[in-house]
Amino acid sequence: MSDVTVIDILPESKAYWDASQTGRLLVPHCNACDRNHWFPRPFCPFCASFDVTAREASGAGTVYSYSVVRSGKEPYIVAYVTLDEGPTMLTNIVESDLEQIRIGDRVRVAFQPGASGMRVPVFARQSG
Amino acid sequence: MSIRGKANIVGAYEHPTRKSPDKSAAQLHAESAFGALADAGLSKDDVDGYFCAGDAPGFGAMTIVDYLNLRVRHVDATDVGGSSYLAHVSHAAQAIIAGKCNIALITLAGRARTEKFNAYFNDKTQPQSPWEDPYRPATAAVYAMCAQRHTYEFGTTSDQLAWIKVAASHHAQHNPDAMLRNVVTVEEVLASPMVADPLHRFDCCVVTDGGGALIVARPEIAKSLKRPLVRVLGAGEAVKGPFGGDVDLTYSAGIRSGAVAFEEAGVSPSDIQYASIYDSFTITVLVALEDLGFCAKGQGGKFVSDGNLISGVGKLPFNTDGGGLCNNHPANRGGITKVIEAVRQLRGEAHPAVQVPNCGLALAHGTGGLLGTRHCSTTLILERE
Repeated sequence: MSDVTVIDILPESKAYWDASQTGRLLVPHCNACDRNHWFPRPFCPFCASFDVTAREASGAGTVYSYSVVRSGKEPYIVAYVTLDEGPTMLTNIVESDLEQIRIGDRVRVAFQPGASGMRVPVFARQSG
Repeated sequence: MSIRGKANIVGAYEHPTRKSPDKSAAQLHAESAFGALADAGLSKDDVDGYFCAGDAPGFGAMTIVDYLNLRVRHVDATDVGGSSYLAHVSHAAQAIIAGKCNIALITLAGRARTEKFNAYFNDKTQPQSPWEDPYRPATAAVYAMCAQRHTYEFGTTSDQLAWIKVAASHHAQHNPDAMLRNVVTVEEVLASPMVADPLHRFDCCVVTDGGGALIVARPEIAKSLKRPLVRVLGAGEAVKGPFGGDVDLTYSAGIRSGAVAFEEAGVSPSDIQYASIYDSFTITVLVALEDLGFCAKGQGGKFVSDGNLISGVGKLPFNTDGGGLCNNHPANRGGITKVIEAVRQLRGEAHPAVQVPNCGLALAHGTGGLLGTRHCSTTLILERE
């Protein structure tokens, strides 16, 4: 689904991509200020501590905003999802009915292979 | 140290082309530079400071300085996307105060329409890229998510956003160089194809080839020239991103750049007679108007409705050249045209159909980069002496 054929993984976020390949979503947690952040980097963007650990996230989140991109051949949903762990991340919502998605919808992480062959964390609406 | 009143914009030129398959980007830089110098009544050998951003080819400032064969003693290649050129005016004023230059040339040019290229999406070394590129965040979608959230929080409607395009089109009909000169209605905006919900094609700016240039000079030099005097009163710049995951799409960095500029200028939004507001998309304008203090947060939809941005009709005439939505967005960077039209208004040289009577105080505002991921807002306040 992705046009991106190569994801240039920086050394600082390799652990996160490795986890993604095995179906796990990791979120960076700062042991100094006890906050989670996004996207992964080797230091905390809030307090600048380098004492950051990757923690497994529940995979549950809420749609903060979204847009259905209709300019290409196949429409798709770009979204910001706020994880239950706090941070909001850019992602895609995989949804067969593009008209159903709403801000505030509960979503759960899924791992979808992109054109690069790598599994990328995306989200799907939770039923019920 | 304040830049208030310490520098003047003495030359401004917008290249008339909107499609240039037969001219290089460098040539468009040169033609724009010479146009602004002619407007000021200066020659290229008077220039001792040069400013450009990422649209300048190759080595940027070095490439264009060499191409134009300038002898400068100050260069600045600050690149904050489409808002760079407003920052350049501020930086030129700072350099003039510091004695680093007397006459600064700022150029922008590019062939976005011919080349269909956008540098933002071709740099894989950005630490954000692996966490953005796989999701294909199309430019329109990144802005559309801001509009979607604004709608969710404040009830902003597509009709209200459409009014921004309608106002721009009313102005563009008088600009013979504008890419889109047809007046459109709210209904026509809503009937245009959906690009990225809730933004329609008419909510998006044009893609053009073109360029522009500005000359900023020391006040004593400005007074020796024959053009109406336009001086810099205040400036601000600020960058905003997703803040480590603390995302809030309802406001822009304009909330800071505007406050700084107004404080330096010693004026308030209600004093502004004309505003150039960066209009990559309609939502860019709506959010900026709120953040600059022209209306309260959340009230932007109401503020832009019913022609309130149309010159001669509403309270805040904006983008009287037709803006990026209808006139021009050279190199996918609309900052310089924002300053150019503000200068035209303050000189009384805008088209008579859109000229604000006795325009003495104007604001120009840029939003470079991507509103919904990371962007730089730059605000300039300019005064007719």
